[in-house]
Amino acid sequence: MWRHCLVTGIAVWLAGTLPARAFIAYVSNEKGNTVSVIDTDKWAVTKTIKVGQRPRGIEFTRDGKFVLVAVGDDDTIQVIDATTQQVVDTLPSGPDPELFVQDAAGKILYVANENDNTVTVIDLEKRTRVGDIQVGVEPEGMAISPDGKILINTSETTNMAHFIDTATRQIVANVLVDARPRFAEFKRDGSELWVSSEIGGTVSVIDPGKRTVTGKITFSIPGMRREAIQPVGIGMTRDGKTAFIALGPANRIAIVDGASHLVTKYLLVGQRVWHMAFTPDEKYLLVTNGVSNDVSMIDVVAQKVIKTIQVGELPWGITIAQP
Amino acid sequence: MIRLLVGAIGLSVLATTNVLAADPVEISIGYLRRVAVKPTLSLVEQPAENDGVAGARLAIEDNNTTGKFLNQHFTLEEFRLKDGDDAANAAVALADRNIAFVITDLPADALLKAADAVRDRGAVLLNAGAIDDRLREEDCRANVIHAAPTRSMLADGVAQYLVWKQWKRWMLVVGSHEEDRRFAEALRRSATRFGAKIVQERVFEDTGGARRTDSGVTLIQRQMPVFTQQAPVYDVLVAADESEVFASYLPYRTWDPRPVAGSAGLVPKSWDAAQDQWGAVQMQNRFLKLNSRRMTALDMQAWTAARMIGEAASRVNSSDRKTVLDFLKGPDFSIAAFKGQRLTLRDWNLQLRQPILLVDGRMVVSVSPQEGFLHQVSELDTLGVDRPETKCKLQ
Repeated sequence: MWRHCLVTGIAVWLAGTLPARAFIAYVSNEKGNTVSVIDTDKWAVTKTIKVGQRPRGIEFTRDGKFVLVAVGDDDTIQVIDATTQQVVDTLPSGPDPELFVQDAAGKILYVANENDNTVTVIDLEKRTRVGDIQVGVEPEGMAISPDGKILINTSETTNMAHFIDTATRQIVANVLVDARPRFAEFKRDGSELWVSSEIGGTVSVIDPGKRTVTGKITFSIPGMRREAIQPVGIGMTRDGKTAFIALGPANRIAIVDGASHLVTKYLLVGQRVWHMAFTPDEKYLLVTNGVSNDVSMIDVVAQKVIKTIQVGELPWGITIAQP
Repeated sequence: MIRLLVGAIGLSVLATTNVLAADPVEISIGYLRRVAVKPTLSLVEQPAENDGVAGARLAIEDNNTTGKFLNQHFTLEEFRLKDGDDAANAAVALADRNIAFVITDLPADALLKAADAVRDRGAVLLNAGAIDDRLREEDCRANVIHAAPTRSMLADGVAQYLVWKQWKRWMLVVGSHEEDRRFAEALRRSATRFGAKIVQERVFEDTGGARRTDSGVTLIQRQMPVFTQQAPVYDVLVAADESEVFASYLPYRTWDPRPVAGSAGLVPKSWDAAQDQWGAVQMQNRFLKLNSRRMTALDMQAWTAARMIGEAASRVNSSDRKTVLDFLKGPDFSIAAFKGQRLTLRDWNLQLRQPILLVDGRMVVSVSPQEGFLHQVSELDTLGVDRPETKCKLQ
């Protein structure tokens, strides 16, 4: 099975226009205060980078040159040079940054600061703070609409998705969702916004035009109590047909049909699954398992977990360089 | 009430036309408490003057941050009872000012009087302070919602851990006051439910005396080993001392080297200043910033009570008391309170289901329900009196 995947993978590389190099995944380890670097050729950790206190949100910059990692307890975002794999700079986020999102050009970074109910706006080129937006209590999830016009922030105790106009930086709508919304993700065509509610146990499907909840994805696992099903990270394929939702302490990834919004399968992964990232070819999905200190690798087409990679202590976020 | 309803309808009409121009809908929450100084054995556990109400104030801020997006504004009306003041009169005074929801930190009897006095006025009390089981059982009321855990929930919380740890042989030491005996009763019930054995019980008589003396701990260091000697073989000493007379003197001073749990040592609580899991750090930071001190269990119970109203009002987008109350009591209500799972109300007695933290004064040691304690409805119902055993008939 494994050899088969590997062979197919290599075949795709040779056939495609991708550069002949492995993909590199960066995983933030919340308790270890480190970032694990995974080489998707070897499927192993090739380097561990020491970072600040409590690293969580992690993303490549759009140009692929840097990896940004929010180190909440140090009240900053650290910048890792992807070439040297070393921390080279910090960004002036507000207190306790957790998740962030970049605009399409990679020039502006929007950061959710859990401690003071604000979203901080950072100029990525100048690396300076250029503004703040007041939002609800404990801002967390961040997403930007495919057309770049609307920024979404979810606030965990206010239980809302705030729609922010990126031009005026004003809130233009607030959509109430279930308790403790943690993550927001647009479909690539902009037709739907999905928001996961960790304590509510649902994912709200929002019509971004009408700015109302049009559907709710619910989960049910035989033998598993309802309270243990806590949706967090969301990953959607580019065609919007398949979504993967991490269910936290339920130790499973739900595979959801993008059109019907129904769960088609549950994949058992490691303990307390948080976030995920696709390889650029969308063949594999890597998910972080907080309590079992590993990353599960999912074959997207076969919908199977095919490998587990040990990383640092309490892995949380993950990002993979786009070629 | 009718005026309020008309006002709300008027505002909702306005809201559809011009959200920003409308005055916010005002929701006033009462807070009724008795001013009493309870001496504790440990100086660090001496409650602050604003214990409890400080949590409600933070919840009002949190409600208002959310409220500004929904055009709702919350205020807190505090009412302090002095010695001799009647809780019923105070509750009526609040209800007459059109305050529909009153958070209370009152002893059981005063709470019942207040609840019965305002029932006809349609006011609802949210009990943040009283842990007495009887308020949720034979003395339950349809207009009292309980954010505080019960004594039996606390006892079950610590008992599950002791049983999970295989410390099943308990020596139970009980104080000589009524509430100590009630806690002991809850602990005996827990032992029976979860398979622990109380190998011996002793009573620690309160003979009076000061909590603090210049002579200090010399005497205690001699008393406690003597008091606990000649015990049958046991795993853990469980103390029932809500009156703060002796339990905190037990750790490190027992004749046999044994851990202590219950009112000292490993203590069951709804909340602790050390709780930092499930996003609680942000909450602890907000509390510290607002009140310049750490957050207690009573603060958290009051925070939860005030947030329950805010949560319900935001879900129904209304300040109408019946609409808010129906949602609170309905099947769709739940509240997030930094305990790793949603908290819901037991519909048979309006008790908030909640995990119980087990704390040692510095750290959260564990959180109950423990692994393996299963339940057909909610594992949180393994804590406290469950539906089949309830004596409550809501009316």
